[in-house]
Amino acid sequence: MGLLEVKQINHSYHSGKLFKWNVQSNKVLNDISFTIEEGTCLGLVGTSGAGKSTLGKVILGIQPPQQGQILFQGYDIYRADKMTQRKIRRNLQVVFQDSYSSVNPRLTAESIISEPLENYERLTVAELKSTVISLLERVGLSEKDLNKYPHQFSGGQLQRINIARAISLKPKLIVLDESVSSLDMVTQSLILELLKELKQDFGLSYLFITHDIKAAFSISDRLGVLEKGELIELYESKEQFFYSKNPVVLQMRDSILAEHPRFRSITKREI
Amino acid sequence: MEQNDQSILQVRNLHVEVKTKEGLSTLVQDINFGIEKGKILGIVGESGSGKTVTSMSILQLHDKKSMNISGSITLHGRELNGLDSKEMRSIRGKDIAFIMQNPMNAFTPVFTIGHQFVETIKSHSSLTNKEAKELAINVMRSVNLPEPDKLLKKYPFQLSGGMLQRVMIAMAACLNPSVIIADEPTTALDPYNQLSVLRLLDKIRREYGTSILLISHDLGVIAEMADEVIVMQQGRIIEAANVFGIFDNPQHDYTKKLLRTRPSLYFQKQPYTYKL
Repeated sequence: MGLLEVKQINHSYHSGKLFKWNVQSNKVLNDISFTIEEGTCLGLVGTSGAGKSTLGKVILGIQPPQQGQILFQGYDIYRADKMTQRKIRRNLQVVFQDSYSSVNPRLTAESIISEPLENYERLTVAELKSTVISLLERVGLSEKDLNKYPHQFSGGQLQRINIARAISLKPKLIVLDESVSSLDMVTQSLILELLKELKQDFGLSYLFITHDIKAAFSISDRLGVLEKGELIELYESKEQFFYSKNPVVLQMRDSILAEHPRFRSITKREI
Repeated sequence: MEQNDQSILQVRNLHVEVKTKEGLSTLVQDINFGIEKGKILGIVGESGSGKTVTSMSILQLHDKKSMNISGSITLHGRELNGLDSKEMRSIRGKDIAFIMQNPMNAFTPVFTIGHQFVETIKSHSSLTNKEAKELAINVMRSVNLPEPDKLLKKYPFQLSGGMLQRVMIAMAACLNPSVIIADEPTTALDPYNQLSVLRLLDKIRREYGTSILLISHDLGVIAEMADEVIVMQQGRIIEAANVFGIFDNPQHDYTKKLLRTRPSLYFQKQPYTYKL
């Protein structure tokens, strides 16, 4: 049994008027099934509008799907009783793309990170503070940052705070929804390194949703390709991505930018 | 970087300071570069290294009360630094166009795209509404946007990010500017849209002979597009060279670090063996 089992998820958004005959349903997820084993990372790539983020929301329990089941550690997250749901939420965390809008601007870094701890664990004030400090140090920040507000951090630092908050309860699975897409290259590779380290240290599993194939490649063990709501390819090893003959994958592979000017495809000219 | 008379846009000893409570704080210093006609100059650097400050001082978009801009910025030999806002307005959009990172914020959400397109054209030329609209449709056709006449009636929120970015490039190109400043034009887009936007920028460069100042933190974009590259760190230019020079033979430690940290698809098969 895998840590997370996604079974035949179907979901559509309705762009409806008041009357029923005007309702247009827009299928965003079509019969999606996969499992994530403990301690592994599944990368999901797709163009914008492929349904990546909707799938992330469905797995997190934010958006109930119209059909299908999400089993987390064997429990159906939408049908479990309250106590089990509480336990599931502890083990299922998320880091979003926009780091500024996923924190409360009126809270300090300390209270942002300690919020889940206060909800789930009974710690004394001193213990709480030392836990928060160790979390901050784990993600590469220091004690000085405790009393800073979100606007005093850069995007990369704030994303680290989001990660610190996500790992504070030692969860089993973290959904990373475009978590590194808006960061610059140096910060991005630092965050990816951090995520890899955390995966080793805590035995975390990730669902890494992204449109950046290079980033997905550097972190995932398995790779899935999502296109127009369907999981068209699911590779057990990521190298298979290069050998696929699927036209969507071919197009994706062609739009990867060159790593050296010698291999450039857009501007073929003499310099 | 060598500066010669062929450069269309020249920046010399640019120094930008911001006034804070504690005194003056330097944002960028000793910036020197020039762009020749039809060439693409790439600026690389992590966030906070002064890339955007440099581009915004070329357009004189900084608040003059709180910032000191010294140095010389010349376009076709004409000094831009210190021009009053009225003269600067006639340059922005006509001689130097600007493409932003987030196209959603660059358009007004309450007017249609056609309205904003026509407004831009009319403010720099003596065309009538009808002629301006025709010009807009022609430019949009030439950059392969589908159904331009329908597109003009839409509002910005009805289009996707990639589409909007292409409309913005069409808008930037329609007055045939001599320089386009593209500030992270593809950061918010997925790979396919990124490729089409970059192709479009290159098409404009080829057809109109526009020089492009391409700001990006993505070395892939730089490798694909740029002729010359400037690497910035903490408000200074630390390395400036030809694009092959940067990738094959980086001089500065920071450039080497940048090249090392880029995620690569081929790292298992092909280690770092670009040196000739």
